[in-house]
Amino acid sequence: MIDQGPLIPRNREMHPLAYYPDYKTSVARSPNLPLLSMESGPSEETGPTFGHERLGALDNNLILNWSKGAAPAIGERILMHGHVLDENARPVPNTLVEIWQANAGGRYRHKKDGYLAPLDPNFGGCGRTLTDENGYYQFLTIRPGAYPWPNRGNDWRPMHIHVSVYGHSFGQRLITQMYFEGDPLIDRCPIAATIRNRSQLDRLVAPLDMAFSRPLDFLAYKFDIVLRGRRQTMFENKLEGM
Amino acid sequence: MVQPLNYLPETPSQTAGPYVHIGLMPTYAGNPGSYQEEIGVSPISGEVQGTVIEIVGSVYDGTGWALRDAMIESWQPDAAGKFPGQEGADPAVSGLCRFGADAVTGEFSLRTVKPGPVPSRYGKPFAPHISLWIVARGINIGLQTRIYFEDEDNSEDPLLARIEQRPRVDTLIAKKIGENRYRFDIRLQGAGETVFLDI
Repeated sequence: MIDQGPLIPRNREMHPLAYYPDYKTSVARSPNLPLLSMESGPSEETGPTFGHERLGALDNNLILNWSKGAAPAIGERILMHGHVLDENARPVPNTLVEIWQANAGGRYRHKKDGYLAPLDPNFGGCGRTLTDENGYYQFLTIRPGAYPWPNRGNDWRPMHIHVSVYGHSFGQRLITQMYFEGDPLIDRCPIAATIRNRSQLDRLVAPLDMAFSRPLDFLAYKFDIVLRGRRQTMFENKLEGM
Repeated sequence: MVQPLNYLPETPSQTAGPYVHIGLMPTYAGNPGSYQEEIGVSPISGEVQGTVIEIVGSVYDGTGWALRDAMIESWQPDAAGKFPGQEGADPAVSGLCRFGADAVTGEFSLRTVKPGPVPSRYGKPFAPHISLWIVARGINIGLQTRIYFEDEDNSEDPLLARIEQRPRVDTLIAKKIGENRYRFDIRLQGAGETVFLDI
């Protein structure tokens, strides 16, 4: 196997801190001690691959996949689309993108969600797809509602879609959330605020994309995702003196 | 102005939240049938080469309470240390598993094949290990760690060698509790805190 070089180390400045007391659950779930840093090895530079044969035809259509095509979900019809790239701006083709979300009323189809907004009998809330050869993906879904959560006295999550990506190696593994342009709850959310740098938080906010909105059918939002890249070198990949 | 560095910054992480299972483990979330085939149900299938083992444990928060809502992913090579897709890798090893804790006991179970050692750029190979990635409500960026094994020679492992406080090495080593059975507890915070990685 050709050594494609180690992964570019994570710039943790871009990421949330583990401990952020306004997000109360993080208080007891954040390590106190520093992370152990090391250059990546095979365990991080390899990762699972997924073939099209494992995906169903409606897996990336959340409007229809819960009812198996029988009836559409209720809510604002949207296309969520974008590219998965690496830090070197190279497309990440054939990688698995998975999403999950609440329905139009902010209710999740999960046995632990007891919010009084009703379930939509035609909405499940999960989808998945593979990026194409250009790293491009699309989901058709409904815009999720905001919902309350037991954190501070009156906290509400902004509208969001959870996103999980593999890339081509386990060390690129990333879970994040996509927010929607113009949502006033973003600035009030302690989970969004875990990201220290406002320009980094803005990268999680998907703009309305009229160019990809289909007349008389759906609006579009564009969400590009950047994963860690590899540091290629013409020199032998071996540390000296170790 | 100097030349611009045209690298793209990595997309920031956010917590997976309490309902991560809807998307990644639908049956566990109470939604069987969401997909014709779920991903990461088992890291092995059929006639696997090597020793099949079971690892049980819990993920504890800073108060000593076992998390019921974490999702863990494991990634590993086969018994010969080859990852899926590498030449000669055991086709019965897919390498990936997704699992969560039991809602009542807070205990997880991972049934897999014991991995072989893997080469490193440090000269010495890595001792047999399984990579873990832990996400949950309250965890803002997925926590990476590794499971090593008490009954393997871990003395030359390049990663374990970097842990300055030697008692902490123990937090990455699964204890044998029976024939091909191990226990690996993860402590997110406080006494006996597991070593987490930035790798």
